[in-house]
Amino acid sequence: MTDLTTLTIAELRDGFRSGEFTAREIAEQYNSAVAAARSLNAYTVETPDDALAAADAADKARQSAEFGPLAGIPLGIKDLFATRGVDTTSGSRILSGFKPPYESTVTANLRSAGAGMLGKLNMDEFAMGSSNETSAYGPVISPWRRREGSNAALTPGGSSGGSAAAVAANIAAGATGTDTGGSIRQPAAFAGICGIKPTYGRCSRWGIVAFASSLDQAGPMARTVRDCAILLEAMAGFDPKDSTSFDVPVPPWEGELSGDLRGKRVGIPKEYRIDGVPAEINALWDRGIEWLRDAGAQPVEISLAHTRYALPTYYIIAPAEASSNLARYDGVRYGLRVEADGLNGMYSATRAAGFGAEVKRRIMIGTYVLSAGFYEAYFTKAQKVRSLIKRDFAAAFEQCDLILTPTAPSAAFGIGETTDPLAMYLNDVFAVPASLAGLPAMSVPGGLDAQGLPLGLHLIGRELDEQGVLNAGLAIEERAGFTAKPQRWW
Amino acid sequence: MADATAPFCISGATGEWEVVVGLEVHAQITATASKLFSGAATAYGAEPNTQVSLVDAAMPGMLPVPNRECIRQAVRTGLALDAVINRWSRFDRKNYFYADLPQGYQISQLFHPLVGEGEVEILLDENDEATARRIGIERIHVEQDAGKLMHDQHATMSYVDLNRCGVALMEIVSRPDMRSPAEAGAYLRKLRAILRYVGSCDGNMEEGSMRADVNVSVRRPGEPFGTRTETKNVNSVRFVMATIEHEARRQVDLIEEGGTIVQETRLFDPDRGVTRALRSKEDAHDYRYFPDPDLLPLELDEAFVEECRASLPELPDAKRKRYEGVGITPYNAAVLTAEVETARWFDALLEAGAAPAQAANWVAAELFGALNRLGKSMEECPVAPASASELLGLVADKTISTTLSKQVFEIMLETGEGAAEIVEKRGLKQTSDTGAIDAAVDQVLAANTDKVEQYKSGKPQLFGFFVGEVMKAMAGKANPQVVNERLRAKLD
Repeated sequence: MTDLTTLTIAELRDGFRSGEFTAREIAEQYNSAVAAARSLNAYTVETPDDALAAADAADKARQSAEFGPLAGIPLGIKDLFATRGVDTTSGSRILSGFKPPYESTVTANLRSAGAGMLGKLNMDEFAMGSSNETSAYGPVISPWRRREGSNAALTPGGSSGGSAAAVAANIAAGATGTDTGGSIRQPAAFAGICGIKPTYGRCSRWGIVAFASSLDQAGPMARTVRDCAILLEAMAGFDPKDSTSFDVPVPPWEGELSGDLRGKRVGIPKEYRIDGVPAEINALWDRGIEWLRDAGAQPVEISLAHTRYALPTYYIIAPAEASSNLARYDGVRYGLRVEADGLNGMYSATRAAGFGAEVKRRIMIGTYVLSAGFYEAYFTKAQKVRSLIKRDFAAAFEQCDLILTPTAPSAAFGIGETTDPLAMYLNDVFAVPASLAGLPAMSVPGGLDAQGLPLGLHLIGRELDEQGVLNAGLAIEERAGFTAKPQRWW
Repeated sequence: MADATAPFCISGATGEWEVVVGLEVHAQITATASKLFSGAATAYGAEPNTQVSLVDAAMPGMLPVPNRECIRQAVRTGLALDAVINRWSRFDRKNYFYADLPQGYQISQLFHPLVGEGEVEILLDENDEATARRIGIERIHVEQDAGKLMHDQHATMSYVDLNRCGVALMEIVSRPDMRSPAEAGAYLRKLRAILRYVGSCDGNMEEGSMRADVNVSVRRPGEPFGTRTETKNVNSVRFVMATIEHEARRQVDLIEEGGTIVQETRLFDPDRGVTRALRSKEDAHDYRYFPDPDLLPLELDEAFVEECRASLPELPDAKRKRYEGVGITPYNAAVLTAEVETARWFDALLEAGAAPAQAANWVAAELFGALNRLGKSMEECPVAPASASELLGLVADKTISTTLSKQVFEIMLETGEGAAEIVEKRGLKQTSDTGAIDAAVDQVLAANTDKVEQYKSGKPQLFGFFVGEVMKAMAGKANPQVVNERLRAKLD
């Protein structure tokens, strides 16, 4: 029998519909693959019964020909999404053992479309990290290895590192991710897969453990652009329970997919040519420009003048919101509680034991920038710069229809190699501006570097123009011919 | 009790001091049975932790969604206080750790409140328009209430009840425009009346749906404001007045002894009638306010505000003036409009056709007296306005005398029967039949020849005695005017 785990979601869907194989066969193969890949540490919880139950329901529904668009598709769910009765820890010790009595809107949407859940995917603690090393449950190991030299374990990127690794290693047909400042796109690039962060407000944040509310956005991670379109259609939609969600219909993204970019102008921001980025990344970027030109688009140079302030702005706003969002983890109602003298003693002991170093660092940064005497200089200033960055994009989109940049300034690095937090933050230098502006952005594999590691290209679109981003992604996918898969070692 | 309208001064050892008062009133929006951001129910007195949603308990990933009706009620309240409605406002987070605050922050409005400046007119003496004062409103913002800690349930632990957590409050912040406990009391009562007219808050201070933070400072008359203290969560008009009395005296004594007032938070102890320090400015929290990123700015359109305005009932001041305009005395007008239930009942009475001045007197004297005796509130009034109008109509058309009407009213209260029915069934109809009255007059005069002698020899005050006797003989049913006429005809 064919290895069903190598198929795309579109192929699984079509094969299931035509009766070539059953949903149960898909689920069983995936469950076995998940169990065989524990050395990747991609899953924090495996839920094989959940995947089988959804598969059986899909097989039953197929008889009546009334089944959802994702019937029989087994997915991995980032552990930031609340899943009813299933551990939801956000990669943190402070939520160890927490089983929410509710289901996030996004995962509920996926379930009602017929998808099954293989398990919960490991991640940086509270989505704070770019390498998965901040997870309280140990780092995810990338399925990729360098071609030459050491067999050093590499990071899958982060924070959606478990999602990226699972999709790349064929232990999930697709996965949910969340992106606050690049957490879908950078790991997608590191793992040689596709990932799209839709417009802020496209997917409901209800039931997603909050990191930075004004930036957090869910999105799909999958092996092809088409698979991303299929998943995003099921995940997105207005939710009255999230007052920041967009009350607009979900377009038929998959049906409208087209790699024909004739008449489109692609902006190439000159400020994204920064020092210290490896030549092969800039070379890939140039190839990307040629691929889009080949698809009919016209490249134009644009300016996003405030780009260099994006990272510092992000590292004020995101920690500020996080310092407040994470105040609820106090040991009183759920999760970890460490007894100590008095209420304040219990708070301190619980939070000291429950949060990791990176989370503590960001809570402290956030508390500092919001505190009396510093608020204007930091938080207010950052909000103003954020407005300028949004304005940059608005002006750029007068001259172009979408923007092409590299996804990340490097390929995957080794676990333990980057110890300086500031160096780690630089991973998101290309991803963060679109997050601050709330724009849809996607990473698509473009090629391999000299070490045989994947590199991604990054597309940014106008607000609510996921279609434009997906179409450009398809045009690159069709031309890049990226078929590399990690050599199985696990 | 001291004259409420006299200027209030504290006499210290070194001279006179003026007290300056500002109030921050927290009024629960009771018009909606659901919370500000979660839609959970808000029943008072429910079992602990039974009125709590996932949002109120701050479960991971939960999000606030503004309750449109709460916003509407706050806008209506602002309009009733003649205040500016800010078409663009925003919610902010006030961050601090406490076990009754599951989110670790309270959603409030610091930077851009929903309602801006307004004012309330108070009247210190109902009979004297010259005692009117205008108290400025600085702002009204909408915010979440916190939960409650219960310290008496366990030997070493405190329990948390989240029922109140997330309940919608309006914080109504006055200007420091009050100069005496009496003014503060009048302001609170007036504000409470307006809220109850509007229906946004039931003003029930015992159940905590209205409470005040009392800001007090003292100064020499004419000098700049002194340093103020804030006494938190005072929950009755009487306690607010007592807080001001005590706090002003304490501050004067302290200053005169050479001390200085520190800006601090205090608590009122109702058992001892004193305030005591809770925490000083030095260990005040840094609340790290910032705009709540889970909520979009609140933008109100013209139509929404106009709908709110159109939905407002006639307010106490307008009603009082209307009553005075139809011949009701200023005192009665003030009394009848002070409570919305009374005003509603009285309006229904007027609508049923009762003559205003007569009806006002009757309500102020007879109805209030009866309710007092029965220990009932206006809401529990056993007589419907239409029935009362029927009774007053029988007096107006002279079917019964005023005296007899009291008897009829008693029967109405006892039996619930209608006035006309009582009069009819018990034969209480007043008679102007001169034949019957003449017979009674003759009978009374014949039986009291000695008194007739005395009257005629210069004791005119005996006339009332004869009237009384005739009425008695007629079982109260004689038209008093006719009795008077016939008696005069026979005696003079």
